[in-house]
Amino acid sequence: MNLFKQFKQYPTAIIGLILIAIIIFIALYAIITIPYEEAVRLWRGNEEDTYRNPQKVPPVWVNLFRKDKFPESFSIYLTDEENKEVVVEDNSEDGLINKTYTYKFDYNYSTYLQEIILYGRNSFQEKQPFIEAFIITPDGRNIRVVNGGMSPKYVFRFSQDSKLKRRVKSDAIKGIFSTPESIKNESPELLKGEYTLVTKVRSFEENTKISVELVAHGRVFGVAGTDHLRRDISIALLWGAPIGLTFGLIAALGISILTMTISATGTWFGGFVDLLIQRITEVNMMLPFLPILIMVGTFYSKSILAILGVTIMLSIFSSSIKTYRATFVQIKQSTYIEAAKVYGASNRRIIFRYMLPKIIPMLIPGLVLSIPSYVFLEASLAVLGLGDPRLPTWGKLINDAHTNGALWNAEYYWILEPALLLIITGFAFAMVGFALDKIFNPRLREQ
Amino acid sequence: MENKTEKDVVLSVKDLRVWFELKKFGFGSSGFVRAVDGVNFDLHNRESIAIVGESGCGKTSLMKTILGLYKPREGSITYLNKNISKFQKSDLKWYSSQVGYVQQDPFDAIAPFMSIRKILEEPLIINGVKNKKEREDRIRNVLDEVRLTPVDDFIEKYPHMLSGGQQQRVVIARAIILQQHLLVADEPVSMLDASVRVEVLRLLEKLQEKYGLAVIYITHDLSTVRYFSERIFVMYAGRLVEKAPVDDLLANPKHPYTIALLTATSEPDAANAKVYKEIPPGEPPSLVHPPPGCRYHERCSKKIEGLCDVKEPSEFDVGNNHLVSCWLYK
Repeated sequence: MNLFKQFKQYPTAIIGLILIAIIIFIALYAIITIPYEEAVRLWRGNEEDTYRNPQKVPPVWVNLFRKDKFPESFSIYLTDEENKEVVVEDNSEDGLINKTYTYKFDYNYSTYLQEIILYGRNSFQEKQPFIEAFIITPDGRNIRVVNGGMSPKYVFRFSQDSKLKRRVKSDAIKGIFSTPESIKNESPELLKGEYTLVTKVRSFEENTKISVELVAHGRVFGVAGTDHLRRDISIALLWGAPIGLTFGLIAALGISILTMTISATGTWFGGFVDLLIQRITEVNMMLPFLPILIMVGTFYSKSILAILGVTIMLSIFSSSIKTYRATFVQIKQSTYIEAAKVYGASNRRIIFRYMLPKIIPMLIPGLVLSIPSYVFLEASLAVLGLGDPRLPTWGKLINDAHTNGALWNAEYYWILEPALLLIITGFAFAMVGFALDKIFNPRLREQ
Repeated sequence: MENKTEKDVVLSVKDLRVWFELKKFGFGSSGFVRAVDGVNFDLHNRESIAIVGESGCGKTSLMKTILGLYKPREGSITYLNKNISKFQKSDLKWYSSQVGYVQQDPFDAIAPFMSIRKILEEPLIINGVKNKKEREDRIRNVLDEVRLTPVDDFIEKYPHMLSGGQQQRVVIARAIILQQHLLVADEPVSMLDASVRVEVLRLLEKLQEKYGLAVIYITHDLSTVRYFSERIFVMYAGRLVEKAPVDDLLANPKHPYTIALLTATSEPDAANAKVYKEIPPGEPPSLVHPPPGCRYHERCSKKIEGLCDVKEPSEFDVGNNHLVSCWLYK
């Protein structure tokens, strides 16, 4: 209670606390809405998970800051008869399907769609169903897109069809969405207005089921955009929070507690034990931390648990052992410990009940401050390509962005989003840590 | 005093030597600090003794050896006919519930992060009082005993919320909560205000009478001695130079060092400001290389040449149970 009252004196600490709360909320939201297995599966970027996503596009909200809007992605099941946006003309006879679906959509954007795809699924025994599609442009052109048989897993990509290319005398999407007069120009004029997609399907067997989905890849997607494998970046942004925080928290807590305990044990027993701990510390302080981690990541395992374990092991015997020792030597001389010895307290009891509690107030600010540094460590390792390959994390995003040349292609969102979350995390913990430092060690308080 | 018999002896210290090795380069030895060098005394049941001496005379080392914190180099300490340096683990446990320890600086003597309840509960837990209710009762009783009342006001408090006198009462409470038989008080009032000294001493005296404690009271301040000690031992450079009942020693000091010490004791009297007191010249001898013969001879004004600086004096009885190690009383 008293602590909270003192805490309220530092507005920055309150902001830090709110930011930490937000990050924890993101972490919990991620764990609850996307279970771990689901997140790992989505991050594998399988075709069935990502076929609706455009590739390497910024998030939807960038349109808020633009006069010329980017086209948004959309998809619709043309064969879904309950959908009122699609007009159906049914000429089916004798159980043979013969339907025409008419779908109208407005196109008022200033750039072209990335891709339009027709996904068809059907079941037939011997005779393939037939599909035929036209696009009617606002200026009245009727462009035949495709006509032909449908395989069971039918995919028709507009931009990759050479016949369509020839028909519009240009790149397919550009040809459809530009005025025909300007198509030969260097930058053709985009034709805004209402486009109509007319799709006819016919089956030649009874009991054939046909579904057709129209997928349009725009130039923006979702709240966070997509990466080179069409994966939704928001998955990694969300899941980076629990992974990073858990890593940071376990590393910081584990290292602090172990370091403190080892330091106290060495100081209490003195002699050979102390000597051994001090020498191990000195040797360990000379060992290069990052190169060893890189070696472990390269030759042994990139699993996050292995990296966490090695991080903790290498960090236990750090200079903190010496810092704590200085305090413990002082505590060891306290007469309350002498008294405890006189009334028969065991060595273990003296270390854990009499020495450690005295140093905890000194430890807490440092502990809070060290959490983000381990979050950063995890991210840095991922950036260096040593992240757990299965896990969607902030560091992994930056690594992917870097290896795919995001900054050269102006895909700033890809790097800025995870970087911003990392910065906020560091900032939040630092603000809280500094305030705690001032509360627990009042001598540092500014005048 | 005369009616005390061998049977009543609680603690017997025989020819005790506590030496600390001076390390050279971390492993070699360059001699010893002879903090305690040949101390003999018996402490009887229900008796309180005071050990008096200037800083560095070895009284704290003597006390800590009695408490089992230091190991004696030679000699023995027997508690109820058991040699404490030959204790097994179970004996040590038993011994730790037999001796209470009251320290000099009350603020350092109690853990600052523990509540009063926790501070007093610890010895009980360690010494196997398993019943929580019993522990609580004993804590309340002992707080009542040291007059930290009303108990409910104090039991939840932390040391920094108490005054120095109250903290020292907590230390005393801890030293008697296991119903100890022997209390070692190391300058228990030297860090307290003059106004609370008497209170704390009276409390110790009352507790000693009530529980029949044997008390070793260590001090450098002769003015507080008479409150509850029966005998005074004067310690100088690792040895006891004079042992006598309180009144006898204060009225009739024999050893030149005791006389000097008594002279140096200040009484709050305005007249003292104008009086120049005779202080023995020089400094206490080095404990690493103690002088031959009587250790006080270098500072002594009554030194007998050829005797004091050659041969160590043995204890001479000057009557009335008054023992003094000085050739003057041969």
